[in-house]
Order: sequence, then structure tokens, then C-alpha cells
Amino acid sequence: MLEENYIELLNISREIREKILIMHAKSNESHLGSSLSIVDILTVLYFQILNINPIDPYEENRDRFILSKGHAASALYAVLAKRGFFEEKLLDTFAEDGGRISVHPERFSVPGVEASTGSLGHGLSIGVGIALTAKKDKKTFKTYVLMSDGECEEGSIWEAAILASRFKLDNLVGIIDKNKWQAYERTDKIQNLSLLKSKWESFGWSCREVNGHNLQELIQVFRGIPFEVGKPSLIIADTIKGKGVPEIEDKMEWHYKSPKIDELEKFIKSLRKSV
Amino acid sequence: MRKAFVKKLEELVSKNQNIYLLTGDLGFSVFDHFKEKFPDNYINMGLSEANMIGVAAGMAMSGKQVFVYSIIPFITFRCLEQIRNDICLQNLPVKIIGVGEGLSYGTSGPTHHSIEDIGVMSSLPNLVVISPGDPIEVEKITEQSLGLDSPCYIRLGKSGEPSVNSHEVELRIGKGNIIKEGKDIAILSTGNMLSTAIKVSNALEYEGIDSTVVSLHTIKPLDEVLLKDLSAHKQHIFVLEEHVASCGLCSRIAFYYLQENIKVNLTCIGLPDNFVTLVGSQEFLRETYGIDVRSIKDRIVSTIRR
Repeated sequence: MLEENYIELLNISREIREKILIMHAKSNESHLGSSLSIVDILTVLYFQILNINPIDPYEENRDRFILSKGHAASALYAVLAKRGFFEEKLLDTFAEDGGRISVHPERFSVPGVEASTGSLGHGLSIGVGIALTAKKDKKTFKTYVLMSDGECEEGSIWEAAILASRFKLDNLVGIIDKNKWQAYERTDKIQNLSLLKSKWESFGWSCREVNGHNLQELIQVFRGIPFEVGKPSLIIADTIKGKGVPEIEDKMEWHYKSPKIDELEKFIKSLRKSV
Repeated sequence: MRKAFVKKLEELVSKNQNIYLLTGDLGFSVFDHFKEKFPDNYINMGLSEANMIGVAAGMAMSGKQVFVYSIIPFITFRCLEQIRNDICLQNLPVKIIGVGEGLSYGTSGPTHHSIEDIGVMSSLPNLVVISPGDPIEVEKITEQSLGLDSPCYIRLGKSGEPSVNSHEVELRIGKGNIIKEGKDIAILSTGNMLSTAIKVSNALEYEGIDSTVVSLHTIKPLDEVLLKDLSAHKQHIFVLEEHVASCGLCSRIAFYYLQENIKVNLTCIGLPDNFVTLVGSQEFLRETYGIDVRSIKDRIVSTIRR
């Protein structure tokens, strides 16, 4: 990638993080850390990888993106707005009384939100249904589903994983945001995270591990999909919860807290310094 | 009823290849012909009901007409949140087909009984809840379900339910099917209680009681026009269901009359709020719980002559 394009992409991801900080400070809503950890993944997807058109958001052959970890919807809204799906000023109404965008995303609440999520373990099955239909209809678009590492404790994920492999859905891409925190514990204390890749592989998926904050690496790995013909692809993205603001990074409390208005300036300064 | 469903589905798929049937690894001798004839439209999803509902949602998002099929507790309670979030919240017109309503799987025991599903499924916004009364209603409702804009849940008997209606019957989802009209009382039945309702009505004739019989196949939305009409006739209304009465059709009817401030004499004839752990056939269990023809007839007679 050209140096200038890379810098532009970096700027976009920083701007999105700023927006997210402001949205959470203003609304006093939770899951800030979960949103910040997926910003680079979303930036790469929405600005480099997905075949989408903000002017025609429901075009039949568009790539589908499902945010299965729906609690990080602030990041999705910020990216969609930045990509031109709707006006950025709508972000100011995040979780506001009578507003359109809630903490967990609603299908069609704003253009670009493909599925209502918020309860974990739902998105992959929906993605399998879409990818399976695409195969039946001989459509060439891809379906991307972003999950969290903790989410892999939901049994329905593995039901979907079995089916995706059985139907050779190489048009389906699972992404795991491995930020190593779940709501109330280190993920590794609840499940053995070192087995994550081998679990997916044993379910018939082709897996790659990637630094989930390295834009170049992310682009490269996404461009290699499908990793194997006839197999669904899984990307385990190693991330840091709260990435971008050192005061927030890798701390469980930022699953719950939101910046106070007077902290906001400090956090934005830290962000500009660190990214 | 399930044979009627499969037969109708075959006919529909032969005209419209956009229809899919997803099953939870069951249907020996029921789907044999279907899956041979339409291998592309039949998918055995394996034992993964939660995933099956999510996949159906994804397929419906992509414009497919999807029927999901399993035994009632597995296709309702097991995957309730998927039904709620993936199908009902997103208002996708998936058709959820449950087999084994009420005590159809009598001897299989309480894990297989379906006596609370009306209550649970009727609580979900956007979902149309239907319990057809006989194989002919099953056929007509299956066909009409393709025209619904919202999801539906259709609960079927297992097998052997007699046909009560003629093939010419005019039937609409959401409208009670009036089987006969009488001047003294009204019997509203849902699902597999229909043939019992008719036998009760015949037995009441010998007692000099002339009854209206309605197959109220659509539990949600309720046919409020019909209910209002019935209340205007000032007849005592008896509701028959092989389901826990406190969370089934009758309780929904009672709620409607209460909300509308309509005074009626209403008697719920169904099952108590218990698991049925007694071992036995559907017929045996109905007799035990007083929802067989004779018990219902006696109860109606004693109620109105009290």
C-alpha cells in the first residue's frame, strides 16, 4: 500500500476512535473498551475490503458484515458514518432518548446495519444462512461475522461452525476480536484461549492469526480470503481492549465505565499521541 | 396433520423453488419422498436448533421462504432467544413448524409434551401463532403462510387427527372457522381438540343443548370480530385446548374481554399448570385430565345447569 494511503487509513481509525470516545462520554454508556478494540478491523473492512456502496446500501451483491458482538455497536455506527452511510451528526444521538441508534444495533435502524445483535452467539448462524443462500443462488459476495473471544463460549457458535464447514462455505469469514477480556474476567480464565485456533481448525475452518491493530497485516490477511477453497475462513485478531488510549487499554473496568466530560480532552490527547 | 403438511409443502415447492425446508434431524417416513424429490430444497440441519433458527433468519434476509421443522419443545423452548431476536425482532417471515402439539407424544413423557408452547410463543411480538384443527386446515394454512409478511408458528398434531372440514371450506389465517352454529352455547376449540369439540357438541344435542363450534386455529392475532360477535349473543363460551389453560388460548380470550370491558360467561377447559409426569397415551392422559369427550360434555352440562 502507498505510504499516503496508509497514513490516511491511520487517520481514519484515529478519527473513529475519537468519535467513539465522544459518543460514550456524552451518553455515559458502557462497552467503550469493546468498541475501541475493533476499530482497526472495521476500518480495514469498510475502507479497503468490503464491496459496499453507501449510496445503495442494500444492493443485492454487496458484501455483508454482521457485528455479532453487538455490544460494540458504537464502533460500527462511527465507521458507517465515516464511510458515508449516514450523516456523522447522527452519532451525537447515540443512546439518546427517542434516538435511532441504541447501544446494541438494530437491523435497518440506520443504513448499513445488517442484523439486530446484542445477545452473543447469534451472528454466525445468521451469517451461515446468508452465505449458504449465496452459494445456492450462485452469488459471489462474501459474508463477514465479527465475534468476540468470550463469545466463543456460546454453544450456538459451534453449531454454526459445524454447518459452515459441512457446506464448504468459503464465502464466509469469521473474525474473532481476541482482546482477552470478557465482561467480568480474563477470557483465558474462563476458556483456554491457546486452544482457540486448533478448535476452529478441528471444526473444519481455515484459520489465520493476525495483529488486529496492524492495518497492513489486516489488509493482507483479508485479501487472502478464502484461505483454502472449500473451507470457511477464520481470522483470530489479537487486539487490546480499549486500544488507542493508554489510560483505558487492557482494563476490565472500561467494559463498564465511560469517560467523564472533563476526562475526554485528556483521553483524546493521549489517543493522538499513541496512534 | 404432519402428512398433510408435507403433502402440501411438496406441492408448493414444485411450483416455487425458492421454498426451503430445514429440519432438526427427524422425519423418518415423513420426509422420505420430499427429500428425494427436492434434494436442493431440503436440509437436515442436524441437532442444532438454535443454529437452525439463525440460519433460517439469514436465508430469509436473502429472500428465501423458509420452513423450519422439529418436535415442538425443541423448535420453541430450546431456541427461544434465536426465535425472539433473529426472527421476530427482525420480523422475517420464517415459518416455524412444530410437531406433536399437546399430549400427542403422550408416552414419550414431559420432555416431549407441548402444553406451554402457546403461552411462550404468543408472548413474542410479530409472531402469528396458529394451531390448525384438522389436516385440511393444515393444508390451507400452510399455503397461506407463504403470503404472510411476518413470521409464524404453526403447531401440528402428530398423526391420525381426523378431517373435520371439507376441502371446500373457506379458511383464512386470523379468522375463526365456524364449523356449526347453535343457539345455546359456544365451543371454541384450538388445534387437535377440534374433533373432540364436535363430538361434545353432538353429545350435547342429546341433552337438548344446541352449540356453536368454532375452530379458532389462529391464536395470535385473535379473531376479535368473532369474539365480539359471540359475546353479543350472550352465550356461555367454553374454550377447549390440549394445553395449560392459564397460558393458552383461553387466557388470551379472557384478557381480550377484560380489556374491552365485555362481560361474558367463559369457561377454560384445558390442562392444569403441571408437568404431565403420569405415563400414558394421549387418550389415557386426556381422560385423566378431564379433556376427553365425556368429561367435557359433563362439565359443560353441569356448568350451564348450575
